[in-house]
Amino acid sequence: MKVQQGAQTLSSAGVLVPSRPPGYTRILHALRAFWHVLTLNRKVATGSAIVGFFIVVGLIGPFFMTIDPEATSHLFLTPPAPAHLLGTTVVGEDIFSQLVYGTRTSVFWGLGTGILVTVLSVLVGLVGGYFGGVVDDLLTLLTNISLVLPALPLAIVLAAYFPRGPLTISLVIVCTNWAWQARVLRSQTLSMRSREFVTAARLSGENVWRIIFFEIFPNEIGLVVAGFVSTTIYVVLTWASLEFLGLGDGTIPSWGGILYWAQQAGALGGGLWWWFVPPGACIAVLGAGLSLINFGIDEIADPRLHVERPTKVKKAKKKSAHGNTNKDAVRG
Amino acid sequence: MRHLIRRILFYLGAVWVAVTLDFFIPRLAPGDPVAALVGKMSMKGYVSPEMRQTLAATFGLNTTDPLWLQYIHYLNNLVHGNFGNSIQYFPTPVSTLIGQDIGWSIMLGAVAVVISFLLGCFLGIITAWKRGSALDTILSPLMNFLSAIPYFWLALLSLYVFAYLLDWFPLSGGYDSANIDPGWTLDFVGSVIQYAFLPALTLVISSLAGWMLTMRNSMLTTLSEDYVLMAKAKGLTSGRIMLWYAARNAVLPNITGFAIAIGAIVGGQLLTEMVFSYPGIGYALLQAVNQQDYAMVQSIFLIITLAVLGANFLADMLYAVLDPRVRQERSA
Repeated sequence: MKVQQGAQTLSSAGVLVPSRPPGYTRILHALRAFWHVLTLNRKVATGSAIVGFFIVVGLIGPFFMTIDPEATSHLFLTPPAPAHLLGTTVVGEDIFSQLVYGTRTSVFWGLGTGILVTVLSVLVGLVGGYFGGVVDDLLTLLTNISLVLPALPLAIVLAAYFPRGPLTISLVIVCTNWAWQARVLRSQTLSMRSREFVTAARLSGENVWRIIFFEIFPNEIGLVVAGFVSTTIYVVLTWASLEFLGLGDGTIPSWGGILYWAQQAGALGGGLWWWFVPPGACIAVLGAGLSLINFGIDEIADPRLHVERPTKVKKAKKKSAHGNTNKDAVRG
Repeated sequence: MRHLIRRILFYLGAVWVAVTLDFFIPRLAPGDPVAALVGKMSMKGYVSPEMRQTLAATFGLNTTDPLWLQYIHYLNNLVHGNFGNSIQYFPTPVSTLIGQDIGWSIMLGAVAVVISFLLGCFLGIITAWKRGSALDTILSPLMNFLSAIPYFWLALLSLYVFAYLLDWFPLSGGYDSANIDPGWTLDFVGSVIQYAFLPALTLVISSLAGWMLTMRNSMLTTLSEDYVLMAKAKGLTSGRIMLWYAARNAVLPNITGFAIAIGAIVGGQLLTEMVFSYPGIGYALLQAVNQQDYAMVQSIFLIITLAVLGANFLADMLYAVLDPRVRQERSA
């Protein structure tokens, strides 16, 4: 990896003809590496399959829905039946349809917010870690203060004052959750700053931002991915909690929103299990899928956590032999 | 000593940030909250001029003072414990209301946190010590799954199963308010325990995984240390090695977590109290948000934050006392 970085540096410093391979091979290479990471570890593979399932349902599921999620009908509170796979609500809405549309909202806002949180923490962590000095002191202070302030109460207070809707929830979650990952990335950048390839890039006169985001950042991609996954778990749970508390936009179908309306209609005391069990199960399964990915990443990065099963020792050895590059990537 | 002073300064800074956030959030929020609120409240009944004034004072809109003067007034009020008046229960001071609620939260939270911490540490020690055993292979993945379940959904499910279907526990409330008067009688205490059992159980189940997995991972690290090998070579009993050599050194991260969890008790069970309609501070916060009782919202947020900051400070100090490396590293 370092060698590649060096070559890149040289080409941008003086050599006019780029020595890189053409774009499509690099994309193919990246895809192959991505696939390799996915199948490297059983936990990562299972988790990715679960998350992938929800993404596909969120993308194309609503196109297969024949019933509008907000269409009311005279069939109030019917239990699951062929016409309404998961029954109906107190005003006769089809819960299965709400769930599928809700998947789109919850999964994509969840992933999107996870990305936003990650971007902010990468910015703060890398800039602080690379520049050092006053900039770093200020950013570290900000990070540490943000870490000790209680996230959920702060999110509730913010969401209570600002207009309700997915964008508010998203921004509130970004504001309250970026700090942990920023701290991890800062300390990693701090140790990366004095490595040879960074010094080389600096000496060859590269732009500071280019050094930060094209030299250092690719070496931290493993940490960033692991951080993104655990952040997204937290985001999905917090999102559902805030909506369940009634701080979301009640008109957009979402998992937390369904639970909110179920709670408001007294679904619990009425024994309407088909109303509040499915959305919670979806959140739980998506959360479990993301956790699996993270546990898998932990295992790859720290072999001590990996329990070897006696019958599969051979296979595991083979895997780890050509999985070395990825191990490095995950460790940064 | 220098470490202590730096930490104290840091936490004072964090308190200042929290207080300032509490001042600025309502003033940054878009729109005219007073007019909106008065409009909403006049639909329910007569809005007296005093109430309107209280509302305006809550948002700091009743004066033409410059912002810095308002800020000083606000700080002065806080120092004198004057949090303003509630709008839901006009004109009861917010501090009285919070005083009523906070005892319930602390009692419920303290019991749950202590049980969960002890049980989680114990399970973590056992599963790490007997890694790969039947107990470990069942318990560890189970805990992973449990930690991914959204807490409020777990609470809803247990409420549905144990309170609605089986009718073992009451559906809501803090005690049997219809038949029993509060007081130090056997009936009352029994009723409180009966009502708190299910909320406490869900809290323990949801937080158990965190304690256990942290303990297990940390224990796996210490188990591979040389001093454990040495202890084994000396022929010490395995119980002694497990508890006094490995677990004692592995428990440090959990101790810090414990101190923080104690602080989070004050505001950490928002969702529990919401689902079980338990008369604590979290439930009060939610009601205040829904009723747009902003003085209450701000004060509860401030109290929760102060508790959390205090606990974090304690955790920091505890860590420095327990782990001399922290003291040396930071004061060097």
